[in-house]
Amino acid sequence: MYVAVKGGERAIDNAHAWLAEERRGDTSVAELSTDQIREQLSLAVNRVMAEGSLYDPDLAALAIKQSRGDLIEAIFLIRAYRTTLPRFGASLPVETADMACDRRISATFKDVPGGQVLGPTFDYTHRLLDFKLAADGEVAPAATSEPRTEPTPHVTGFLGQDGLIQDETPSDETPRDITREPMSYPADRATRLQNLTRGDEGFILSLAYSTQRGYARNHAFVGELRIGKVAVEMEIPELGFAIEIGEMELTECETVNQFAGSKTEPPQFTRGYGLVMGQTERKAIAMALVDRALRWKELGEDFLGAAAQDEEFVLSHSDNIQATGFLEHIKLPHYVDFQAELELVRKLRAEAEQNVATKEAAE
Amino acid sequence: MQAETSQFSGGFAAPAIDAAHAFRAAMNAMARPGKVFDIHGATPPSVISPAAGTLVLTLCDPETKVFLASDVDTPSLRAWITFHTGAPIVSPDEADFALGGWQALLPLEQYRIGTPEYPDRSATLIVDQPEFDTPNASLSGPGIKDHIAMGLPDVAQLQRNTVLFPLGLDLFFTAGSQIKALPRSSHISEKA
Amino acid sequence: MSDQNYNFAYLDEQTKRMIRRAILKGLAIPGYQVPFASREMPMPYGWGTGGVQVSAATLTPDDTFKVIDQGADDTTNAVSIRKFFERTANVATTEETAKADVIQTRHRIPEAELREDQILVYQVPIPEPLRFLEPRETETRKMHALEEYGLMHVKLYEDISQHGAIATSYAYPVKVEGRYVMDPSPIPKFDNPKMDMPAIQLFGAGREQRIYAVPPYTKIVSLDFEDYPFEATKAEHACDLCGSTHSYLDEVILDDQGNRMFVCSDTDYCRSRRAAGHVGRLGTENELEASA
Repeated sequence: MYVAVKGGERAIDNAHAWLAEERRGDTSVAELSTDQIREQLSLAVNRVMAEGSLYDPDLAALAIKQSRGDLIEAIFLIRAYRTTLPRFGASLPVETADMACDRRISATFKDVPGGQVLGPTFDYTHRLLDFKLAADGEVAPAATSEPRTEPTPHVTGFLGQDGLIQDETPSDETPRDITREPMSYPADRATRLQNLTRGDEGFILSLAYSTQRGYARNHAFVGELRIGKVAVEMEIPELGFAIEIGEMELTECETVNQFAGSKTEPPQFTRGYGLVMGQTERKAIAMALVDRALRWKELGEDFLGAAAQDEEFVLSHSDNIQATGFLEHIKLPHYVDFQAELELVRKLRAEAEQNVATKEAAE
Repeated sequence: MQAETSQFSGGFAAPAIDAAHAFRAAMNAMARPGKVFDIHGATPPSVISPAAGTLVLTLCDPETKVFLASDVDTPSLRAWITFHTGAPIVSPDEADFALGGWQALLPLEQYRIGTPEYPDRSATLIVDQPEFDTPNASLSGPGIKDHIAMGLPDVAQLQRNTVLFPLGLDLFFTAGSQIKALPRSSHISEKA
Repeated sequence: MSDQNYNFAYLDEQTKRMIRRAILKGLAIPGYQVPFASREMPMPYGWGTGGVQVSAATLTPDDTFKVIDQGADDTTNAVSIRKFFERTANVATTEETAKADVIQTRHRIPEAELREDQILVYQVPIPEPLRFLEPRETETRKMHALEEYGLMHVKLYEDISQHGAIATSYAYPVKVEGRYVMDPSPIPKFDNPKMDMPAIQLFGAGREQRIYAVPPYTKIVSLDFEDYPFEATKAEHACDLCGSTHSYLDEVILDDQGNRMFVCSDTDYCRSRRAAGHVGRLGTENELEASA
């Protein structure tokens, strides 16, 4: 018997209550605190900050808790929150050359001024499940040493001194803000980099990987990867000078890529650039590779038809909040459109059958 | 006697609500060329009408560039717009909005009319008038059921604007606490 | 109850101004898709964020607001959006088309003719009518600029040569006032002729960052060919509840034997007809429920 679907509101409220219960899980197990998430799941927190475009570890931890660990859902919560925040102003550009590096490595030189600093990396861990951790996660303190106080120079700077790497034209122009202006194509590099830095890690990773496998290969080496804290400074009009308002952790990757050159220009290495909030090494490297692939036009290379070179393709599909929203919207009722299709198919079938019948009668 | 508005006064009493009502009037005007709607909420310096001031507060902010025509470009109006909207005051060729009396706003050719790919990158004129012109033209097109009579300051010039469609300028006319509009999409004929 | 933690209608004033400016441009250039810096909303992209932003920039506290999805007020997403505005804009809501000042819709135009003082806000998933023929924005933007719509006619013509008819049944492209080809959002083509109406029509596509508009009484023509004219089709039945022969119908499967009934997709239209004493083949819904 037909009863129209009613009570949407109650169904929604009940679903939310059930969701909250599922999020909490077994109540005989202690509840997770956001402090625990911030401190012990910090790489998840970093990803949520980076793709949520909001540097706030506490809010990111809360979002992870609320989203039951679904990081895209957590990123979504952060994005929706940040949209409503009033803007008091813009900071000065951060100076990554002054970064207090926790990690700093170069693949292009055996040693560099400032040294190779491994830092807290998974790189050389053997990926063996540590069953001890299941019972007891306490650790002995790691060795420490005096931090360097002098700035750590960028490795690409050394190549730049000899003119071996292509120079980037400095500019004081305020870049566009992709959260305040609609995307339009072609996009300049500042716009592309903004899009990539908050793009989905998996998407950027796969695109970067595709360039390594030959889809617009550009022979990338990690010239330098550095992770650490930088000061955030803001010009205060009333004071007339800039003051430090906080610090943030960043991951920066500069790749040294295949050289370009012509009869008139001597060959030079080229660069790809990645800069991502938090300790987000995989993303920063991937970003640098994709950035480099997208630069084909300005570097006078050929468009090889590769996905990673295709600016409109990359930039319009990198955002996981847009992607997941549109993907999942097909769950919503579409029965009106389906009905329209149903009527059309029925009509076309009826006409086709009639045509067959007429043809048979004629034969 | 009414006291002159200072740069800090004369804004919306309830910004979100006043702006919502004012926008409804502006939208109705743009959607129904030639029809007159009430619009109020702001008390600008007396060099412009309350309707024009309300429209400026409703649509302008640091993201929009405003040109003030010579007849309204006074220090008090500049200060008022800057304080309430933060909109940069610019030359006509850069303007998103141009405000002033009709004669002072001319020539129309100095404003942006958009590009074939982005016809929206064009200026909107806010033509402030002591009172609306008496009907001298007949409009038809989007937003108009059959025809509507409208008073225009210069029929021939505005006809040239509509020929540019989909490029061109959109115009609001303000007087007192009333507003009407002439989008680029209207067909204009001299009233018989 | 209004939520004091957020601005009226959720969005901050600067965002609303940006959307309002885009709406005005849209009205001035009917059918042209105005780029706007769509914000992240507290609901997913693809679920009406464009429509919600347009409604948020359009509503006043004096308005009565109605939300429909598939023509129905009580579908879950319609309920969710209605609740959002009850909470953030403190507006009165209604299910009655005639009592609404602003109507946000997904996939339908109400059956009752709208009035001059009403505003219809459409949720749009893909605003670009040429998108499935040409995926690149850089290309489609050029086509609109040059008024180069041959590709669309070729597509429709290919339909005819393959199927003997134009095989587009919803989101059927229209030409606005003889200039821009526009996607009417995924409404069934049955609704296309209604777009020539006294109310203001606003279209919001959040994810795709586009707003477009159709002022009242704008000429809207569904694309077709002289020998294959456009047809606004629906199921050839009457509503089994209210008996209407002029409304768009949903087909409902009743049992394992495949028995079906047809009911108005516009739930308010059907309800008001039944209230006025109209009875369909299966009687009123109340009688059905009583016999269940």
